[in-house]
Amino acid sequence: MQDFAYARPQSMQALGRLLQAQPEARFLAGGQSLLAAMRLGLSAPAQLIDLQDLPELHGIALRDKGLHIGAMQTHASIAQSPAVRAFCPMLAALAAGIADQQVRSVGTLGGALAHNDPAGCWPAGVLALGATLVTSQRQIAADDFFQGLFCTALRPGELLLAVRFEPALAAAYYKQEQAASRFALLGVAVARLPVARGAGQARVRVALTGLGPGVRRWAAAEQALAAHWGAAALDGLHLPATAALGDVHAGADYRAHLAGVLCRRLVSRLSQPPAPVNTRHGLLQRFLHPLFRSSP
Amino acid sequence: MMAAIDAVAIAVNGRSFALDVPPNTLLIDFLREQLQLTGTHQGCDTAQCGACTVLVDGLAIKSCNRLVLQCAGQKVTTIEGLAPDTATLHVMQEAFRRHHGLQCGFCTPGFVLRAVAMVQEEVAAEPAAVRQALAGNLCRCTGYEGIVLAVCEGLAILRSQAGNSALSAGPQTSVLGR
Repeated sequence: MQDFAYARPQSMQALGRLLQAQPEARFLAGGQSLLAAMRLGLSAPAQLIDLQDLPELHGIALRDKGLHIGAMQTHASIAQSPAVRAFCPMLAALAAGIADQQVRSVGTLGGALAHNDPAGCWPAGVLALGATLVTSQRQIAADDFFQGLFCTALRPGELLLAVRFEPALAAAYYKQEQAASRFALLGVAVARLPVARGAGQARVRVALTGLGPGVRRWAAAEQALAAHWGAAALDGLHLPATAALGDVHAGADYRAHLAGVLCRRLVSRLSQPPAPVNTRHGLLQRFLHPLFRSSP
Repeated sequence: MMAAIDAVAIAVNGRSFALDVPPNTLLIDFLREQLQLTGTHQGCDTAQCGACTVLVDGLAIKSCNRLVLQCAGQKVTTIEGLAPDTATLHVMQEAFRRHHGLQCGFCTPGFVLRAVAMVQEEVAAEPAAVRQALAGNLCRCTGYEGIVLAVCEGLAILRSQAGNSALSAGPQTSVLGR
């Protein structure tokens, strides 16, 4: 890995001074993608700013009926948070299925979103839930944040502070893993969201990750599910193979086919009444249901 | 650009160190080269195989994908720091010995430390849960049967010991030897 300078500011003021002196600096969150990219020579920042000591980027809290998760919260901390599990079990299950426990213990929500890996799990969950990304400069809707392969709306020097989620009526995420990396060969997130009283049916949002060009919504599936909430609404619906890219792991046609299959499975699961929880570890067992678990 | 040198204060296996390092020093290289703790093994070197797993403040992490500067002020435990003394194995090491949880042994330090971290996680001491929790560690001798048996038994013993000492001795519930 090439040489770089390292700084670990203790306050937002100190961070601001560093950015003034080093506008090209890269933020370092957990580093599980960035350090690997630097070791491969794919990225070579001259200055890293480690964000771990900034209190503004930590914390999980319920605020004004929404859930606020700090950008530096690790996947593991989100997966085991009682607040997250109660507010939206899908978020905890998604976090618990990322990579492996060693990576989840240091990798962060904010790092994953700013990186926007085209096969990452968080972009799909955040996009399907229509979350709001809170930065040092503004609030960005998920629909505007993700801008294709490794690209986001973040400007140079703009720091992702937290993500705010609104309550969902139902939500789930399921991925077919690429067996070696555990990234999504194809992942689907479905969320059914409330609308204002008298404004008609619930909104449905479907996000796909792993297709290749970056996370995206699937409008045709959303419209079908908004009209009729159930797996049957997806009958005859196919994502065209032109929406996907092929690589050594899977062809474009297979990825597009998986989108339909996984989406049907998810909605089928979500539109059934929940199984009774009657054991001490019942809640955990529900998280570990095959639909919410990374595939073996 | 001239290479910068940063100071790092870090505790490894109960000993405190304050050393100068170039910022691009990985935790694994710091442990193996500066501290000569070569029990932490370098396998794939791309954060896949888990042979380099160590504990940082009790959490299992892959030391090939972490800067030592990111761990400043934290407590690191390597395989050398696990056993209570040179004549006694740690409970988890003893379980691996008893169940033949190793063949060539290269991956073993990583597996043992990953397993010790599981004591504090929601991992049931049963094969399916343990296999899932070991997803970040690879054994290319494919000796997983013995490893899984060993981890199940080690987890059960360590948790029962932690429970007993919590009842009798107050704060002495650490699963680490020191």
